[in-house]
Amino acid sequence: MAVAVETQKTAALTGNEAAAQAMRQINPDVVAAYPITPQTEIVQLFSTFVSDGLVKTEFVAVESEHSAMSATVGAAAAGARAMTATSSQGLALMWEMLYIAAGMRVPVVMPMVNRALSSPINIHCDHSDSMGARDSGWLQIYSENAQEMYDNLIQAVRIAEHPDVLLPVMVTMDGFIISHGMENVELLPDRAVQDFVGEYHFPYPLLDVEHPKTLGPLALQDFYFEFKRQQAEAVHRAKNVILAVAEEYARISGRRYGFFEAYQMDDAEYAVVVLGSTAGTAKYVIDQLRQAGEKCGLVKIRVFRPFPGPELSELLSGLKALGILDRADTFSTQGGPLYLEVKAALYHALKRPKCINYIYGLGGRDIDPELIRQALMEIKDLGSEQADGVGPIVRYLGVRE
Amino acid sequence: MTLSSQTKNLLKVHQQVNVNIEPNAGWRDLPIGGVIPQAGTATQFATGDWRTIRPVWSKEKCINCHRCWLYCPDMSWISENGQIQGVDLTYCKGCGICANVCPAKVHAIEMHPEDNFKDDEVVKEG
Amino acid sequence: MALPDLAKKPQRFTGGHRACAGCGFPVTIKIILQAAENPVVVGCATGCMEVTSTIYPYTAWRCSFIHTAFENAAATMSGVEAAYRSLKRQGKIDKDIDFIAFGGDGGTYDIGLQALSGAMERGHKLVYVCYNNQGYMNTGIQRSSATPRGANTTTTPAGTHLPGKPQYPKDLTAIMAAHGIPYAAQASMSHWNDLYRKAQKAFAVDGPAFLNVLSTCRLGWATAPEDTVDVAEGAVQCNVWPLFEVENGKWKLTFKPKKPLPVADWMKQQGRFKHLFQSDNTELLESIQRQVDEDWQRLLELCGE
Repeated sequence: MAVAVETQKTAALTGNEAAAQAMRQINPDVVAAYPITPQTEIVQLFSTFVSDGLVKTEFVAVESEHSAMSATVGAAAAGARAMTATSSQGLALMWEMLYIAAGMRVPVVMPMVNRALSSPINIHCDHSDSMGARDSGWLQIYSENAQEMYDNLIQAVRIAEHPDVLLPVMVTMDGFIISHGMENVELLPDRAVQDFVGEYHFPYPLLDVEHPKTLGPLALQDFYFEFKRQQAEAVHRAKNVILAVAEEYARISGRRYGFFEAYQMDDAEYAVVVLGSTAGTAKYVIDQLRQAGEKCGLVKIRVFRPFPGPELSELLSGLKALGILDRADTFSTQGGPLYLEVKAALYHALKRPKCINYIYGLGGRDIDPELIRQALMEIKDLGSEQADGVGPIVRYLGVRE
Repeated sequence: MTLSSQTKNLLKVHQQVNVNIEPNAGWRDLPIGGVIPQAGTATQFATGDWRTIRPVWSKEKCINCHRCWLYCPDMSWISENGQIQGVDLTYCKGCGICANVCPAKVHAIEMHPEDNFKDDEVVKEG
Repeated sequence: MALPDLAKKPQRFTGGHRACAGCGFPVTIKIILQAAENPVVVGCATGCMEVTSTIYPYTAWRCSFIHTAFENAAATMSGVEAAYRSLKRQGKIDKDIDFIAFGGDGGTYDIGLQALSGAMERGHKLVYVCYNNQGYMNTGIQRSSATPRGANTTTTPAGTHLPGKPQYPKDLTAIMAAHGIPYAAQASMSHWNDLYRKAQKAFAVDGPAFLNVLSTCRLGWATAPEDTVDVAEGAVQCNVWPLFEVENGKWKLTFKPKKPLPVADWMKQQGRFKHLFQSDNTELLESIQRQVDEDWQRLLELCGE
């Protein structure tokens, strides 16, 4: 669909198409990207927008993801709004540059299509790739479906470029499940997106040659720490900005976003916490259990960096039991990354639910409603007064024994 | 290049902060991201104290060929209106390249041990 | 241009940097930056040049400068140049600006070769300069694929079984010329006029340009600081480092030694080859001389000499 969108409209799009449409409407000055399954379609579609003159973007078809991120950082530092996109091994090859983008405070926005990491090589969804980058200094926003991918990407530009933040943002969706699944997506008019994202802001543009400046110097024991402290503060400040941008976005789209979505949580006694597309399946299971009178709920995390610890703790501390579903392992014996974060957030709560971890869906292994129902029943039992201890803390869901 | 007013303000604030490089500046007072928002601040860092030998220039012998100016790695030779004025010892590390590239027949620069100038406060010669 | 006139142009690289006394690359930077007529944005690979010129909060650069990592100066500057093209096309910027990427031979011949090849192939209007000091000097004098055969480095130490680096350096200038870019040249800091003219040509072409500039590392080569220019000159005079250019595919020799010096004479100037003269290495020295002669003959043919 390589045409302009003049009024709000609904289109049947894959997640990749929705991401590419958002990029077309954002209309960045520079895109430097390298194709990788399952992100390839984004790069291809965006290239057609460039070829057909639908965007003002200078497209740099780089020779690797390392160069994709390097060129994107260079362009953003030069004074241009710059984007790229990747998955899995591509993100892994960018690793060095992820930290540099965050440390240099360039507000790059990147769609990231979640895919398992080698070895063995696998092209399907899990969250090992973005989870490995969770401490790189990037903000991370996870999307449940194509609509959220579209909405999150547009908001990410405003979040990244806000003067209180100036940090890169990766917006993720689940590989194939969302990237290649077709859904109805509400698109905003091009004009509305353009007005929403506005002009690009970077305080130290290299191309402002009347004010020469040095970016990326050597900072040693006497200054490095202060720059890292600034970075930590910017991530803190991003919390307010994320909410303010969401509020403004709700006004133009009618769709409202927060740090997370609480589903059937008002009177819930036990719940699961999930990321990404699994939330859709889990909501279906919870609806069924609710009809049978079960007091269960779901929390879908949208913003993983910054992690909304205090807000989650307030929501979850009254529960009897909690299961956290991770589509990645830390290989630390302590559970998956989402589990570790949620459990840490609850540590200072006066009342704490019993907490277990499910690792599931690695390498695209299907997570069906029955598996989620089984997990919810285990969690319920854990919360009952007869329960004796917690049993295994880290459990593997859907793996053959 | 067109800068937004927001960006201009940020830049202004950061440039003011960094006019005098404050070694004890806290993280709130430093420009973000490690950027040095000014040009050529290394001129505030004197490397002249590395020197153990010092170039001494003879204005009389100098033919103004500028090979010393060209090959000095520390930008220490001063040229004004195409005339060599002498050497600024603030940055001169005493490598001796200038004396070496000065044409043999001209021999306008000689290297002398720094100890010979112990009490000399003058930083510019010529 | 006469040197006194060159000195009238404002300099864009200052003193106060922390390179060793007698370092070669500040001279290379100086000559190249003096040749640029437009404002420049400089990108730099991690290495001696970057770490000694930008120790926070001191920068020796009077022009816009960016460093991100080691292997990606060409990729980073691809992004900067793409940003420039985009903003210029949109009318948001009106100035003419030149773009330079500097990398040492580590950041250029080895770890950064892929990014460099990509940037040259894509045709960014960018001058890539390798300040070639024939080794990884910033990390303490390790071998690179630009290090000459027989050199003592900390990863090819001269020992009882191995007389320094076993391999010849690769011909990166030819590899860059093979990219079909409008301008590729080999130069030396010792021959400033030749380098200055090549830098002017590099800035003038409409597309990518590559300059491979021999820049003495007196620490790694184990030479006296005052000999920095002489020893670079020696490499040219013995044909170890011939000066040539490839302009739109046409090879041209830009300097021909009147009577080439024996390679051993140049090697004797430097401590990194000292071991070769302390025991009988006649065979090795002869084969190095033979290789240099053969390379020179091939170059003469390419240049139609």
